[in-house]
Amino acid sequence: MTRWLERISTPRQFGLGIAAVTTMVLISLAVEPWVGYQAVAFFLLVTVSVLALFLEIIPLVSIAILSAVLWDFLFIPPRFTFSVGTRQDQLLLLMYLLIVLIHSVLSFRIRQIQREVQKREERARDLKFYNALLNSLSHELRTPITTIMGASDNLLSTSNNLTETNRAELLNEINTASIRLNRQVENLLGMSRLEAGAVKIKKDWVDIHELIYTTLAQFEPNNHQHIIKVSASDSLPLFKLDFGLMEQALFNLVNNAIQHTPAGVTVLVHADCVDEKLLLAVSDTGPGFPTKEVEKAFDKFYRAKGARPGGTGLGLSIVRGFVEAHGGTVSLRNLPLSGAEFTISIPTEVTYLNRLKNE
Amino acid sequence: MSKPTVLVIDDEAQIRKLLSITLQAQGFEVSEATTAKEGVSKVANHPPDLVLLDIGLPDQNGHEVLHHLREWYTQPIIILSVQSSEEDIVRALDYGANDYLVKPFRTGELTARIRSALRKAAPAESSSVLAFDDLVIDFAARSVKKGNELLKLTATEYSLLAMLAKNEGKVLTHRYLLLQIWGPSYQEQSQYLRVFIAQLRKKIETDPNRPVHIMTESGVGYRFIA
Repeated sequence: MTRWLERISTPRQFGLGIAAVTTMVLISLAVEPWVGYQAVAFFLLVTVSVLALFLEIIPLVSIAILSAVLWDFLFIPPRFTFSVGTRQDQLLLLMYLLIVLIHSVLSFRIRQIQREVQKREERARDLKFYNALLNSLSHELRTPITTIMGASDNLLSTSNNLTETNRAELLNEINTASIRLNRQVENLLGMSRLEAGAVKIKKDWVDIHELIYTTLAQFEPNNHQHIIKVSASDSLPLFKLDFGLMEQALFNLVNNAIQHTPAGVTVLVHADCVDEKLLLAVSDTGPGFPTKEVEKAFDKFYRAKGARPGGTGLGLSIVRGFVEAHGGTVSLRNLPLSGAEFTISIPTEVTYLNRLKNE
Repeated sequence: MSKPTVLVIDDEAQIRKLLSITLQAQGFEVSEATTAKEGVSKVANHPPDLVLLDIGLPDQNGHEVLHHLREWYTQPIIILSVQSSEEDIVRALDYGANDYLVKPFRTGELTARIRSALRKAAPAESSSVLAFDDLVIDFAARSVKKGNELLKLTATEYSLLAMLAKNEGKVLTHRYLLLQIWGPSYQEQSQYLRVFIAQLRKKIETDPNRPVHIMTESGVGYRFIA
């Protein structure tokens, strides 16, 4: 609550303070005959103390002084004058003013320190985050580079005693490493394009079956461990989308499912059209997403705890970026029985031209 | 028969070296140019059978080089590009490039594209029948057979298939196909192309979802593979 109130502009803080003190003064005027004018000082003190929880220092001190002046003018006899009759009352007024000021300054100071501590903690967290990020990134880039350098050095060395099999193995390693390096660079480039706002969206009519199967074809040569299934009705309309961006988004979702589930798991791609919206879901029968981390899944550089090496934590944030460029949303939930489900939802133009019999 | 000649125009020495070695090993004669200026003059003095042109040259915009070359050079030009910007690729194809490759590419793909482009450039065979695996297109009879079965294609489906098959191995852009098959007023009506490609695949492909003949080039167009 204090955080929200701290965002109030200074003139409003003055207004709020004056309103609070005025209200208390009106109440005090009503009850003063029964409680006496000394008790009114405590009412006002409580009011200013509450205000001290969220007002800035200048409005706070001004309101504190105002409360002392009002108490003097309206309540201390002789009433409706600034003069103070007895020595006892003069002392009371002075004490009131001191207490209210000390209280204001102290509460303000405490809040200031609290904020500084918070900021320092945030900075430490950020630093830790960026260190972890740089570590993982340099690991992900250096591993394939090390392989390429090492393997090619070995092949170049004139004193090597490599058998034909060894040579073939090293060449294979270079090949695999370069593919991995290329994928990491693709992701980094995709992310930087998004960050720079350089993603231009070019919508055209898309046959959703064509999009799904073109994307899945990229997995076919290498995927022997997962079963990929498609469920999409023949009667789905054409959607107006950017084919290239959607292909990359869908690729990343399927790739994510394959990377983070054990062999034998089924990955299902499901497409549907609801209220002129494209729904594109990728679900798996794996162990599901750590419940506590569902919200963080799309964060840049987020990687699930214990995730297999080989990722940059960029894939899903790129998905979100590309989907949002379409004015759509992407969400993640765990399925009731097992597995995770990512759902892309994009409002878009549709045409049912493909249902007609064409000549 | 003399070896086909290929001119590589690329400012990166490593790329030139890689392409030279790969293509020489595949039986091509390779010459190199480092800049657009040098490339254009080499094409003018010793016209090669095919040009590999990097679209991101430092001294001149690759699209301009392409435009300039196409004023007189009629042999195939294949574009090499670093970014997979579909817009850039489509523009290069519209400017008369025969094909494109996005860096990094596999060398197998490179030689396949070069061979296909050179085959297209060779004098047309007089045969009116094209046979691809299980698919036989008879242009004289305007008939298409899959295995022993005669396919019933609509007039539009047939024109689309004929256009793709005659340009086997070459990517045809969406706009080009719409213009050729449907006419100038349909150039932005890609929905028709989507629908007819889907219908055609259902008829000619064994598994329409895993096509082996009509391949999708994301955001660019379609390519017919034998």
